[in-house]
Amino acid sequence: METILVLAHTELDGSLAPTALEALGAAKTLQAALPDAKLMIGLAGERVGDAAKAVAASGAARVLGVSGPDFAVSRYATDAAAAEALTRSAGATLVLAAGTARMLRCLPGVAARLGGRADTHVTSLSVADGKVFVSRWYYRQRMEGTLTRAQRPWFIVVDPGSQPAWSGAPGPVAVEEVAVTLTDSARRTTVTGVRQVAADAQTIRPDAELLFVAGAGWTKKQADGQTHVPEAETLIRDFLRLTRASLGSSKSLVDLGGEGQAVLSFLSHLNQIGQTGATPRHPKGLSTCCHGEEPHTVGWRFIGERRAISLDPNCGWARGKADVLYVADAFAVLRKVNELLARG
Amino acid sequence: MSLSFQVVVCGSVVPDPLQTLEPVMTPAGPALKNELMLPVWFDPWAGHALYEAAHLAKQHPGSKVTLVSLGPKAKLQQVLMTIGQKVPFEFAALDGPAGGFTEPAETAGALAEAIAALPGLDRSRLLVFGGWESAARGAGVTLQTIAEKLGIEDVFLGVDELKVLPDGGLEIAERIEGGRHQVSRCAGPPAVLGWATGNLPEPKNNPQVGMMNMRAVMPALQKARPVKLPGEGLTFTAVNVPKQLRQTRIVKDAPVDEIAAEIVEWIRK
Ligand SMILES: Cc1cc2nc3c(=O)[nH]c(=O)nc-3n(C[C@H](O)[C@H](O)[C@H](O)COP(=O)(O)OP(=O)(O)OC[C@H]3O[C@@H](n4cnc5c(N)ncnc54)[C@H](O)[C@@H]3O)c2cc1C
Repeated sequence: METILVLAHTELDGSLAPTALEALGAAKTLQAALPDAKLMIGLAGERVGDAAKAVAASGAARVLGVSGPDFAVSRYATDAAAAEALTRSAGATLVLAAGTARMLRCLPGVAARLGGRADTHVTSLSVADGKVFVSRWYYRQRMEGTLTRAQRPWFIVVDPGSQPAWSGAPGPVAVEEVAVTLTDSARRTTVTGVRQVAADAQTIRPDAELLFVAGAGWTKKQADGQTHVPEAETLIRDFLRLTRASLGSSKSLVDLGGEGQAVLSFLSHLNQIGQTGATPRHPKGLSTCCHGEEPHTVGWRFIGERRAISLDPNCGWARGKADVLYVADAFAVLRKVNELLARG
Repeated sequence: MSLSFQVVVCGSVVPDPLQTLEPVMTPAGPALKNELMLPVWFDPWAGHALYEAAHLAKQHPGSKVTLVSLGPKAKLQQVLMTIGQKVPFEFAALDGPAGGFTEPAETAGALAEAIAALPGLDRSRLLVFGGWESAARGAGVTLQTIAEKLGIEDVFLGVDELKVLPDGGLEIAERIEGGRHQVSRCAGPPAVLGWATGNLPEPKNNPQVGMMNMRAVMPALQKARPVKLPGEGLTFTAVNVPKQLRQTRIVKDAPVDEIAAEIVEWIRK
């Protein structure tokens, strides 16, 4: 008989992030398919009361909490100690959590500590013959594997956006506080802050409908034998402002910066999509001035509808990687697109 | 205060990303078709970790970088011919599988043992580096498991920046959601850092560095201890390459106005 524990950390305001509710959604589905399985929720953070109320209607047999100022911040030693204590206290055999930066950092270590195993970037779960199976991607989204494990506790960290979120009315709930004794060594690290660009300059928008990818072509010599980097920059900025799209980039374009060439000033490696970049989730993606080579397009695995604008009719996008390829000058097209968008 | 570090970098081989990869089922679990014939690269994020380690060692005289690799010996030798020309390091190898379907807990167990056995290991100066995820498993599990096995309590993942502070503390920037970085201060070694891209360009090949490294690499490869990763308790039921080809509609010779209008309509849909 499995005991399913959903682990989540609370946000600074005490709430639960939507990704935590997705982990709970996955756990509920799992529980429904496993007769006798018990569901529990483990919360960690400075305060856990509000978060507990938010999941009151989830049907969890127990809601456990680790709270206090030490658990407010994202830090390996304290996050791992909290997750370990919650897992032990629940007697959990299956632990589900959302793949936030915080959980991805600590849970594999907790699995090692408890003699269990961890699978990260899980995109689906299923049950057959009373056994749990998970699917995840290998070789940078090139192939999908389905597996099951004998070891317990089994930590299953689900990719944000891959599971339907649980929803239910808030209500009163009794939280069982789990005590964690920390040694001084758990406080050797202090979080000093978050570095981010100003809100209107932030081009990475995980919740955007559209991913807009800029490729190295924007910085290459055009039909007139000249480069037009300042214009490219204006066109892309205007497009992002008008659509609120998230900005992705090819590796070639971000690497130019390191080589001292003129590049788009608002791009960094964080924007890079692909083999050595990100694999974001968006319903639509528009690629511009990018060749659509395999190391780039593996990062498009979770992009729904895909369109591309490239001068090259034989680029990768033409070969089954995009739904539509416009063989055209992206400068001219984007100029017009921005004009139409601005008109409303 | 003069500071020096012992930086151990964990990294191994992955298939060249331009190759087409096809999974096959074997009695021992899934593998890649012609896995031993595929050209390989040094795992890219581990590569960034290695460059960052060399950079740190250069800034802090008396520091030492050791690359610890678990992979098929012949493949390791191939990639070391190139990566070995980039930056100076010492080398320790374990001869075993490095594919995507191996169990990271077992990989980490073998690596942690190899690290603990390094001659002259000094925990008070120890930094364990690696890529935050491999390009094979892409799990991000190995380094935390190594940290647990070595009893290291400070772990950072998705690191893009490490600064050594005058008091010997470490300031570390890690990637978090939404294109942001969390900045933390750690009292000092020992610590485990899983690197993302970092900030350094790929170093140019330097044949002199290559020659120096090779003197240590070849004997280390010869001594490489064979390691088995049985994948205990782990059963794969399927590995599939998704049907990825779309029916691409190619729009050629269409007026810009028409294309723009179609794109705007699609965005607004
Ligand atoms: C180990 C490894 C890891 C890698 N990881 C990644 C990764 O994570 N992400 C990634 O992106 N790449 C990665 N690559 C690199 C990848 O193989 C390609 O080299 C890269 O994606 C090419 O970038 P690009 O398409 O922007 O540039 P290019 O190949 O230079 O293509 C530019 C395109 O722009 C078009 N163009 C030029 N001007 C215009 C115009 N006015 N209008 C329309 N189109 C125009 C050209 O026709 C061309 O198709 C990796 C490679 C290796 C070996």
